[in-house]
Amino acid sequence: MSNAPFVEVKDLRRVFDVSKPWLNRVLEGGEKQYLKAVDGISFDIARGETFALVGESGSGKSTVARMVVGLLPPSGGGVTIDGVSMADAAQAAARQRLRRRIQMIFQDPYASLNPRWRVDRIVAEPIRAFDLIKGEREIANRVGELLSLVGLHPDDGKKFPHEFSGGQRQRIAIARALASNAEFIVCDEPTSALDVSVQAQILNLMRDLQDRLGLTYLFISHNLAVVRHMASRIGVMYLGRIVEVSGGRELFQAPKHPYTRMLLDAVPDIGMTGRQRVPVNGEIPNPINPPSGCPFNPRCPFANDRCRTERPPLDEGVACHAVHERRIDVPVAA
Amino acid sequence: MSEPVLSVRDLRVEFVTRRGILKAIDGVSFDIAKGEVLGVVGESGAGKSVTGSAVIGLIDPPGRIAGGEVRLGGQRIDNLSPEAMRRVRGKRIGMIFQDPLTSLNPLYRVGEQLVETIQTHTNLSNAGARKRAIELLAEVGIPAPERRIDGYPHEFSGGMRQRVVIALALCAEPELIIADEPTTALDVSVQAQIISLLKRLGREHGTAIMLVTHDMGVIAETADRVAVMYSGRIAEIGPVRQVVQTPLHPYAKGLMGAIPTLVQSSDDRLVQIPGSMPRLSAIPPGCPFHPRCPHAWDRCSRDRPDPIQHAEHRVACHLYDANDPTAKAHMIHTHAPLEEGVAS
Ligand SMILES: Nc1ncnc2c1ncn2[C@@H]1O[C@H](COP(=O)(O)OP(=O)(O)OP(=O)(O)O)[C@@H](O)[C@H]1O
Ligand SMILES: Nc1ncnc2c1ncn2[C@@H]1O[C@H](COP(=O)(O)OP(=O)(O)OP(=O)(O)O)[C@@H](O)[C@H]1O
Ligand code: SF4
Ligand SMILES: [Mg+2]
Ligand SMILES: [Mg+2]
Repeated sequence: MSNAPFVEVKDLRRVFDVSKPWLNRVLEGGEKQYLKAVDGISFDIARGETFALVGESGSGKSTVARMVVGLLPPSGGGVTIDGVSMADAAQAAARQRLRRRIQMIFQDPYASLNPRWRVDRIVAEPIRAFDLIKGEREIANRVGELLSLVGLHPDDGKKFPHEFSGGQRQRIAIARALASNAEFIVCDEPTSALDVSVQAQILNLMRDLQDRLGLTYLFISHNLAVVRHMASRIGVMYLGRIVEVSGGRELFQAPKHPYTRMLLDAVPDIGMTGRQRVPVNGEIPNPINPPSGCPFNPRCPFANDRCRTERPPLDEGVACHAVHERRIDVPVAA
Repeated sequence: MSEPVLSVRDLRVEFVTRRGILKAIDGVSFDIAKGEVLGVVGESGAGKSVTGSAVIGLIDPPGRIAGGEVRLGGQRIDNLSPEAMRRVRGKRIGMIFQDPLTSLNPLYRVGEQLVETIQTHTNLSNAGARKRAIELLAEVGIPAPERRIDGYPHEFSGGMRQRVVIALALCAEPELIIADEPTTALDVSVQAQIISLLKRLGREHGTAIMLVTHDMGVIAETADRVAVMYSGRIAEIGPVRQVVQTPLHPYAKGLMGAIPTLVQSSDDRLVQIPGSMPRLSAIPPGCPFHPRCPHAWDRCSRDRPDPIQHAEHRVACHLYDANDPTAKAHMIHTHAPLEEGVAS
């Protein structure tokens, strides 16, 4: 086995054309407009590891996920999984074989479940498509087993998606992802529709499966407590870029980037200790016309002229001039 | 005391299927006062969304309201004609659904949908309605609203779509908002924005809000009172501080205990309540939680617990039945002792 990481994301970019409709541009004037949803991000995931992406809504997490599984072509850069490029035409056959080893759990479970199929057919779909199990009885048994694993009942297979609650649908999507025996699962907000007890059940299950089968996860969530529980390394995204990447424990004990610090301060106070959630200051910037220099500078308490003009590189796991210049304390993890 | 904005009494909702009649909601009662936020939490599938849909008259066959009353500002609305109900919805009740895609038409630009909704409820001109739509988008935190207003729903991130839905619900300045998981897909900073927006609506416009969410942090910060649902019933309801910090019902205790935190060790397994919620076709007799309950005794599998007022909580659990001399004993003889409403 080579030492190359299982998943390698290099300088990944995606630009969307968000111009006004052609007619309006002609009538009202106006330029073509582009939105850099993902603006040059790189990370690796080792086999058997969980890498998490967190960050503000609209920062490009789902767009990264869709490019990683090959659902959306990148505008630049690339993704290599187990040595197979997700873009190279010459590797089309290898990519086809790779596909069955990758699954995605979507942020929006309902949109990803065929409303006209019964649940047992939905869950069995990857089993049939990849010919993983022979015989209808055996397939039905496996589907029942998968439904039980995610806390549903084997008999629920006879129902249609609309007969389920939001969280139950999310569990159907998870059961389907597990059905394929995938090695790499991209999870976009997999448990945000679940109550905390079922969430605990699913997260524990995902970790057990990882221990047992050596699964690799790309895990996207806005819930920092969940991310902390699941990920060995975490990338923090802001406006299409990774602004900090570090080990899970380190990120929470010693956040470096001012945005990461703000994010941690904004976590709601469940204990109701009276701690005021630190209000998040500043407007979310416009991704169509992002600030020059560091994208965080308009909201950053430490911004200076350099921050407003020069884009900080991702260095020592953090993209921040103030940290690089040691203008602000860098806490050390205990 | 003034009349509650929303009053729900003994609500029952059933789904008629080939497999029999499923009781999704079985005797749910609660009020929401003017300007009050009622948080609704509970197990996935417990009936939170169905309760919301029943209040706004959106239970489609094979589902039906099988009993009970829903009053809005004192007026019964559960028996209105579909036409009259349509007017109440949107005008007097705003809805934010769990699944943003169900409220947005993928074929129309976001602005068109907002302008249309605004014009149904006001007599603003096209330009005026468009201006109002941009204001609403700005209010829910969409950057560059004057540009994004011409985008299609699929061009928005999950979180931004949800904010558009919230803007839609605010169009008519309704007296009641039913928000089903409005912040589920949002990161903490946008979440904070939406929460303060909802709170401001309550404070400034007296809007009553029913807030369904799994996020206990959001509940703790936003809700005045909270209802914990289990298996189509309210297990416990009371002021948010009491219910979150010192829950009484064994299910509520389990739920609060399962909240992942930033302080526990990430090597630990998350706490989960053993077993799973009964399916609607097999709700056990007595207390629906008894097969999973560490305190259950024979009475629990026989009698259905009615809600009991206990301090500021209303709790549906025999443990708190002052007329049952044996109840207290079951509270003591368990591994995880219940402390009656005392913070640990
Ligand atoms: N098809 C598209 N056309 C135009 N813009 C798009 C498209 N898809 C995404 N975008 C934009 O790209 C940016 C990133 O979107 P993305 O869905 O990746 O965000 P996200 O980080 O997943 O956010 P959330 O936490 O809200 O789900 C957003 O500004 C979004 O509006
Ligand atoms: N159209 C339907 N036909 C049959 N059963 C249904 C239908 N819609 C909902 N149910 C059932 O009613 C119960 C309550 O569903 P509801 O959507 O209210 O749950 P919920 O509490 O909102 O859960 P979640 O937190 O997962 O969204 C579930 O068991 C669900 O399977
Ligand atoms: S009524 Fe009985 S079974 Fe139900 S929660 Fe209370 S103690 Fe447990
Ligand atoms: Mg997303
Ligand atoms: Mg729901």
